[in-house]
Amino acid sequence: MDGRQCYDLLVIGGGSGGLACAKEAAQLGKKVAVVDYVEPSPRGTRWGLGGTCVNVGCIPKKLMHQAALLGGMIRDAPHYGWGVAQAPHSWATLADAVQNHVKSLNWGHRVQLQDRKVKYFNVKASFVDTHTVCGVSKGGEETLLSAEHIVIATGGRPRYPTHIEGALEYGITSDDLFWLKESPGKTLVVGASYVALECAGLLTGLGLDTTVMIRSVPLRAFDQQMASLVTEHMAGHGTRILRGCAPEKVEKLPGQQLRVTWVDLTSDRKDAGTFDTVLWAIGRVPETASLNLEKAGVHTNPVTGKILVDAQEATSVPHIYAIGDVAEGRPELTPTAIMAGRLLAQRLSGRTSDLMDYSSVPTTVFTPLEYGCVGLSEEAAVARHGEEHVEVYHAFYKPLEFTVPQRDASQCYIKMVCLREPHSWCWACTSAQHGEVIQGFALGIKCGASYQQLMRTVGIHPTCAEEVAKLRISKRSGLDPTVTGC
Amino acid sequence: PLLSPSPPAFNLSQEGLVPSRRLGNVRGAAGPPSPPGRRARPPAPGAGRLSGAAREELRRRLLGLIEGHRVVIFSKTYCPHSTRVKELFSSLGVDCNILELDQVDEGASVQEALSEITSQRTVPSVFVNRVHVGGCDHTFQAHQSGLLQQLLQQDPAYDYDLIVIGGGSGGLSCAQEAAVLGRKVMVLDFVVPSPRGTAWGLGGTCVNVGCIPKKLMHQAALLGQALTDSRKFGWEYSQQVRHSWATMTEAIQSHIGSLSWSHRLALREKAVTYVNSYGEFVEHHKVKATNEKGQEALYTAAKFVIATGERPRYLGIPGDREYCVTSDDLFSLPYCPGETLVVGASYVALECAGFLAGLGLEVTVMVRSVLLRGFDQEMAEKVGASMQQLGVRFLRKFVPVEVQQLERGLPGRLKVVAKSTEGTETIEGIYNTVLLAIGRDSCTKKLGLEKIGVNVSEKTGKIPVNDEEQTSVPYVYAVGDVLEGKPQLTPVAVQAGKLLARRLFGGRSEKCDYVNVPTVVFTPLEYGCCGYSEEKAGEVYQAENLNVYHTLFWPLEWTVAGRDNNTCYAKIICNKLDNDRVIGFHVLGPNAGEITQGFAAAMKCGLTKQLLDDTIGIHPTCGEVFTTLEITKASGLDITQKGC
Repeated sequence: MDGRQCYDLLVIGGGSGGLACAKEAAQLGKKVAVVDYVEPSPRGTRWGLGGTCVNVGCIPKKLMHQAALLGGMIRDAPHYGWGVAQAPHSWATLADAVQNHVKSLNWGHRVQLQDRKVKYFNVKASFVDTHTVCGVSKGGEETLLSAEHIVIATGGRPRYPTHIEGALEYGITSDDLFWLKESPGKTLVVGASYVALECAGLLTGLGLDTTVMIRSVPLRAFDQQMASLVTEHMAGHGTRILRGCAPEKVEKLPGQQLRVTWVDLTSDRKDAGTFDTVLWAIGRVPETASLNLEKAGVHTNPVTGKILVDAQEATSVPHIYAIGDVAEGRPELTPTAIMAGRLLAQRLSGRTSDLMDYSSVPTTVFTPLEYGCVGLSEEAAVARHGEEHVEVYHAFYKPLEFTVPQRDASQCYIKMVCLREPHSWCWACTSAQHGEVIQGFALGIKCGASYQQLMRTVGIHPTCAEEVAKLRISKRSGLDPTVTGC
Repeated sequence: PLLSPSPPAFNLSQEGLVPSRRLGNVRGAAGPPSPPGRRARPPAPGAGRLSGAAREELRRRLLGLIEGHRVVIFSKTYCPHSTRVKELFSSLGVDCNILELDQVDEGASVQEALSEITSQRTVPSVFVNRVHVGGCDHTFQAHQSGLLQQLLQQDPAYDYDLIVIGGGSGGLSCAQEAAVLGRKVMVLDFVVPSPRGTAWGLGGTCVNVGCIPKKLMHQAALLGQALTDSRKFGWEYSQQVRHSWATMTEAIQSHIGSLSWSHRLALREKAVTYVNSYGEFVEHHKVKATNEKGQEALYTAAKFVIATGERPRYLGIPGDREYCVTSDDLFSLPYCPGETLVVGASYVALECAGFLAGLGLEVTVMVRSVLLRGFDQEMAEKVGASMQQLGVRFLRKFVPVEVQQLERGLPGRLKVVAKSTEGTETIEGIYNTVLLAIGRDSCTKKLGLEKIGVNVSEKTGKIPVNDEEQTSVPYVYAVGDVLEGKPQLTPVAVQAGKLLARRLFGGRSEKCDYVNVPTVVFTPLEYGCCGYSEEKAGEVYQAENLNVYHTLFWPLEWTVAGRDNNTCYAKIICNKLDNDRVIGFHVLGPNAGEITQGFAAAMKCGLTKQLLDDTIGIHPTCGEVFTTLEITKASGLDITQKGC
């Protein structure tokens, strides 16, 4: 047992879930270690402590989204009396500001671990046996760590379509985009995930010529009517959308540009285009390959590669747990991972027996027109309960701020999916325009709000959110859901 | 013409009074039942035990009932005479409204009050077009003599079923809903020009001189902030950005014009008669309408709704009406106001001061005592501090005593003399514009209300109503800002007006719920709240029974923009004795307006701290801060944000 370090809890992966779990356990008096190691992306991008959300996810994404929104506000401003002409955008300034903020967050996480006496190792971990992990540092130094409980929170990384010629050599992913020092220029985003649409949206908003290539449907698993409003809005605001197309190869042209050949799946016709950047956003793969899970006997789903877990977040090995994006069937969202991690730490410390409730998790897609939702999509509600039992209330509305600059509001839409009589529980609530709207309504749904109760809420005038409290027209009625007047 | 009644205080509940189109249809168009526990049912007081005020109230409701409907039958379900009368009307194909006295808790009191009105002690007691026909025998006699048919055929002598005085949010919503329900409706709307001569079209305060222009100017100011931020986010423009007041106001006024027009259109589509005249009562059921040219017309109606709202108050000091402006004038001011003194600390004052400062003007706010009276004072002070950060100057504990004009012009120059509220100190200041926002007065003085006996509070000038928006005169109702003790908010007035019309003409019983109404102050940093302030919660529940959770937070967008990390603040007040139920919600931060709405809905559904903790945040938003509140005020722990 020479050189082996022993802990009550070892967390593999220093992302949102892992850090939350480690800090909580340490707070509750456990001896905790976190191992974190960022394998550089194929393009060589690497980053610090904090995982996807902080480094290559929510945080830089939302900041760049904000930059894009500010571009829209600069366009609005003259209508409101501001003497400003449309300005050029400097990627370098934005990237620098975003990266500085991310680095300060990396540092903050290091400090927090230190404050809570969590031991941090910047090593790549793999299982030796069910209680032992071997960590290898960048310099090749090995450390043996053993623990009573082990939490796997290694998350996922973007998938590369390795079967496509040139994909790996010339393409980048969201792991690289936010760390680019220079503007990506004319960009092809391949994929239909929310990552794809968010990236394409913000690039368009920053003034770049952007194309999204979608094989089948955008935002699968989200409400499809909302998904099409989101893409409609993007298409109407300068993003080129290629539907039903699949890339076949990427070649480098002499002048650094990339030539992408694709096939139109309906006509079988081939087409090609030239881009400065090709961004793959076709999905993510769980980061389990280097963990040597078989040594510990931890089972994964052979199809998804994700780790199988029960309601306690335990894997097939009872004292080994998995949380966050690496766990099978969990929503891939930062706040869920954080809450799951904290609850797990509390259970391990005997502080609670509460399980994580993964239902009614609200989320927002930060496309140029933001899309927030909680609960079931209309399709899922109909599939689960039958069309005759589902009532959908909806409205097209125009945010007041859109009137003066005469912005097009034809995709601003809210709908609420409810169970019909006798209870009228409302399950889902989705809205396009403002990410902040949905959080409170998620609570309402958690409280078991009925449609009638929501309708008794007085609106806040004039906001977008008040439209939710004014949803009176059901789809079934066939009436025009366009909100008119004030 | 179904009616549905009923004050919970007297429990003339919908089960008791049923509209009946055909005989046998004794159970009908009742509204949705209230959730359990909402409607307390105290034991029915005996007839003789009702207090004088309660008896008067009951009598008023009964008269309202009788006046408002073609046929009203007071009946008992087991009474064979009552049944015969109901069968008679049914065979005549006449809709009638029936109150079953044995089905309501205070039936005995009703019977007592009825006997005072009619000197008939028994049921059935039948009213047709407000005439008391009598009991069973009298009704059948009247039927045989043809008198009953005559009474039934008597056209209501009124020109309209409903006249609404005041074409603002509440009045219009009530008028339109009544028209949708098939009633003949008139709206009288007339804007008396402000002392500075500003007038506007249909739509009331919200559309013309309130929420709409205010929020748009707020947005203009936010865009100014966005322009500053945008440089840090990589947008490059070097020129000095100037703001044009004229461009902004023209754009806003053109939007208002289109709203006013769409209100006109909506009234026309719904066949509501709109008259641009000043309405005042001249006798019961009759108003005089005077137009701009002084031409007069008289109109009568069965029912009236007063929705005349309020107008800004003046100080009553030398120079105020001559030289000062109010929010009635500001939004259409044809010139940039320049350096401005805002007098007052109401939300109107702070909102106006906020956007004027945001547009780059020098702004001073003169405050007599506290900021945002009635709001949570900790939040109010934070709002003030956030404005100070933006360069707004506050003069606390001073009141103006005189305004002099130094120079004419657009804008001119004004000298304001103010004196301390605490001593003898006086100060002087020179401003281009003085905006008064010290409060608002109800437009109830020149409505002829005294002619028909509608009670108006002497102190506030507001109209007291019962929980059905009924005034002291049974056929006269009131909605919106003229109401005493009700929130003065557009959506509240809209909801109250709509529900009132449905109760009067749609056979519904749902009442406007004035509890847990969310509201937002659109200062540069928005402040949203719902439920109790900390002070009020302390009074109602005792401070030791409360858990106050709070935190400062740093919106992600502010990081790159380099804005302060300890300005935005979130607070909830929970009642320990009720499962830590959230009874107060407060947020100061960007987009507070959008954040607060959903939380208000959740509070309606019984939100608790546990549920907040169980709910997953949306990352990265401001709203998520409420799902991770850990620090109570009582703990005294530090809530400042350290960098990240």
